[in-house]
Amino acid sequence: MSVATTANYLNEEKGLKSWLFTLDHKRIGMMYLFAVMIAFFLGGVFAILIRLELLNPGQDFFTADTYNQLFTLHGAVMIFLFIIPAIPAALGNFVLPLMLGAKDVAFPRLNLASFYIYVVGALFALYSIVAGAVDTGWTFYTPYSTTTSTSVISMTLGAFILGFSSIFTGVNFIATIHKLRAPGMTWFKMPLMVWALYATSIIQVLATPVLGITLLLLIIERTIGIGIFDPAMGGDPVLFQHFFWFYSHPAVYIMILPGMGIISELVTTFSKKKIFGYKLIAYSSLGIALISFLVWGHHMFTSGQSEFSSMVFSFLTFFVGIPSGIKMFNWLATMYKGRITFEAPMLYTIAFMFLFAIGGLTGIMLGAISIDIHMHDTYFVVAHFHYTMMGGTVIAFLGGMHYWWPKIWGRMYSEKWARVAWALIFVGFNVTFFTQFFLGSQGMPRRYYNYLDQYQPLHMYSTYGSWMLGVGFLIMAYYLIYSIYKGPKAPNNPWGGLTMEWQTTSPPIQHNFEEQPVLEHEPYDYDTRMVVNDQLIKKEDVKEKENINV
Amino acid sequence: MDPNGSLIFPSQVSTIAPEVDALFDFILYLSIIFFILIVGGTFYFVWKYRKKGEDTFTKDLSHNNMLEVLWTVIPTILVFIVFVWGFKSYMKMTVPPDTSMEVKVTGQKWFWTFNYPEGATTTNELVVPVDQPVKLLMSSTDVIHSFFVPNFRTKMDVLPNRYTQLWFEATETGEYNLFCTEYCGKGHSEMIGKVKVLSRADYDSWLAGAGNAGANMKPEEFGAKLYKDKACFTCHSIDGSPLVGPSFKGIFGRTEKMTDGSEATADENYLRESILEPQAKVVQGYQPIMPTYQGVLKDDEIDALIAYFKTLK
Repeated sequence: MSVATTANYLNEEKGLKSWLFTLDHKRIGMMYLFAVMIAFFLGGVFAILIRLELLNPGQDFFTADTYNQLFTLHGAVMIFLFIIPAIPAALGNFVLPLMLGAKDVAFPRLNLASFYIYVVGALFALYSIVAGAVDTGWTFYTPYSTTTSTSVISMTLGAFILGFSSIFTGVNFIATIHKLRAPGMTWFKMPLMVWALYATSIIQVLATPVLGITLLLLIIERTIGIGIFDPAMGGDPVLFQHFFWFYSHPAVYIMILPGMGIISELVTTFSKKKIFGYKLIAYSSLGIALISFLVWGHHMFTSGQSEFSSMVFSFLTFFVGIPSGIKMFNWLATMYKGRITFEAPMLYTIAFMFLFAIGGLTGIMLGAISIDIHMHDTYFVVAHFHYTMMGGTVIAFLGGMHYWWPKIWGRMYSEKWARVAWALIFVGFNVTFFTQFFLGSQGMPRRYYNYLDQYQPLHMYSTYGSWMLGVGFLIMAYYLIYSIYKGPKAPNNPWGGLTMEWQTTSPPIQHNFEEQPVLEHEPYDYDTRMVVNDQLIKKEDVKEKENINV
Repeated sequence: MDPNGSLIFPSQVSTIAPEVDALFDFILYLSIIFFILIVGGTFYFVWKYRKKGEDTFTKDLSHNNMLEVLWTVIPTILVFIVFVWGFKSYMKMTVPPDTSMEVKVTGQKWFWTFNYPEGATTTNELVVPVDQPVKLLMSSTDVIHSFFVPNFRTKMDVLPNRYTQLWFEATETGEYNLFCTEYCGKGHSEMIGKVKVLSRADYDSWLAGAGNAGANMKPEEFGAKLYKDKACFTCHSIDGSPLVGPSFKGIFGRTEKMTDGSEATADENYLRESILEPQAKVVQGYQPIMPTYQGVLKDDEIDALIAYFKTLK
């Protein structure tokens, strides 16, 4: 036992080289986490600067060109460098094999390759900042992107390369889930996080190539001058929008599905209750993945696509909303008659329920064509997707990070400071973005550097909110980093979870488990099992002693 | 914000606006109910079932078919109603009545031009009669723009390679904001115009006078008016600060270096050429992106602008 408690994946091999050439999914996950946190910081700084400029109408701090570059970089960095890899590649990499009771992912070398491809793609994307930052918006709409003088090629090449990193992770996860489940773990005994990662991987593998091809065509158009999207060369700009959203709408579910997976884990662990409607949640993940491929045209109701297309896309859009709604009700029912505690991950779960409900319901508004015609490209849409992407995915990511942090580092963070940061982020987020619903419905268009005076008060509150958010994240960075060095030692199972990652040490040993674990109970059997002070207690044993106090 | 509007929407000034708002309100009320159900439920449960005392095993409530069918089927029916309603009002806003008058709209970096069948041309100001269906036939000369009038609740992209159309019937006289809502570069947020809704009689007299707007003005006054009306100010200041293009302050008689290295003095002919063929001689440090005003400005209007430039010392 003495070896098991001291040696772990963090300290067994030492030196920079042991990290850079590691094939350990946990270390690769941590390198990903480090990289995506840098991207999140960068994207966050861009966001704060955007909000600063919008505090007042007219020119305050930046020129129109700089502002246009800032919102493009904010979007591109947050989407391609942070939110797409954040949950699957960073947290997912760490927890997936542990949750399956496996030693590693199916293809460890592919996993490392995916990380380095990510780094190369990120360098191309960041190089575009010094080479005359892109000003097209993260959507790269043609013909603006074909004709602007900024470094579109460097950024799109970056996104093209990043796509391969995403595909590699997807392929790897699919193989891992099919082949490396612990004995006894049938498909319907997998943790729901695994189901979510599985659905995400399918989208990553099937949709990402379309983005790659689209961006490649754009690069060809810009360099060789073959007309594909630019009407001046005989192309069709709306074709680009179709191609782009064929990837980028499913990509929205690459972002949110793993977040939903995390919430499924958190809600059951902190309610100490069996998840309600396991199969419905698992199937709804797959349902979302499938329908997500068929709704891209709802980004294009005003683009000049035919009325018939708009009708079909509107119809299908509502049916991608239903599975998300089902999950919300299932999580709610999981809390019913639970035994709920309020550590930081549960606070993020509650925040998720609040924010994602708003994000989802405003999505129903936007799905109705005639309302979308008014709201399209206004701040209403900006607010809506921040409620789903940040209020949904990022909040779930933060919940997951606080949940698995003790497992990752073997240290506990300060619960008190975690609450302070949570409160600032929750309130700051709502101040920043709830105001934007009103800005948008009142007609304020997005991507505006300057605006009419009538919109100033709401813009001002939104900017104040962004400062609160910023302070919240700085506090979080401080207590999390502090905990790695000075935090108290974490027990193996601080939250009393029943999934397999909690059955190994914190941090896990290099090969995850001392011996191949065997699934003896379903992942959420809180009706017959509980964990107190790292000890698993079974109901049948307790009955014999007739005493459940431990 | 809009003093005549509600907390959520600006005032309703088109025939379709009340319908859009009614559907929005319907979804809003449904959303509030569902929000209270989900979030109120969450708060209630986390409080009621918070851990009290000892650790205990919890109940085996793994699923309930009746409940799960209910919360699948009820939302499905509701969104189906929303879909049909949204589509029906969309069809109304997309099919113009036969009685519509037609205006040709051109979007370009970064202003709007409106051409009337009677021959009148306006910039950044669409003048229409009240209670009259108006059909806009729209196209762009460069990138994608989008025509959006919040008070009318209507919007349509303006494309470089095809015509798109949009129609509305204004129900109240007044001036309403017109925004470009498809990102189109540096001047995107300056691509703001007005829709002026006039009574039938005012509209007719405006249309009759639109051809000889500068008749009773001094040339430099008329030029100053054109500087505003034709949106020159979007790219050229009159206070000396460089915007997208050089400032007009002191422009007349100024000698500048051109991008090809030559020098040119801004006399009458240079100014006329730069208005009609903007790419012919471009001042160093600026990009050759100004669109031509051939066909937009008449000769007497160019004369008036030059007269106005001479006053900007």
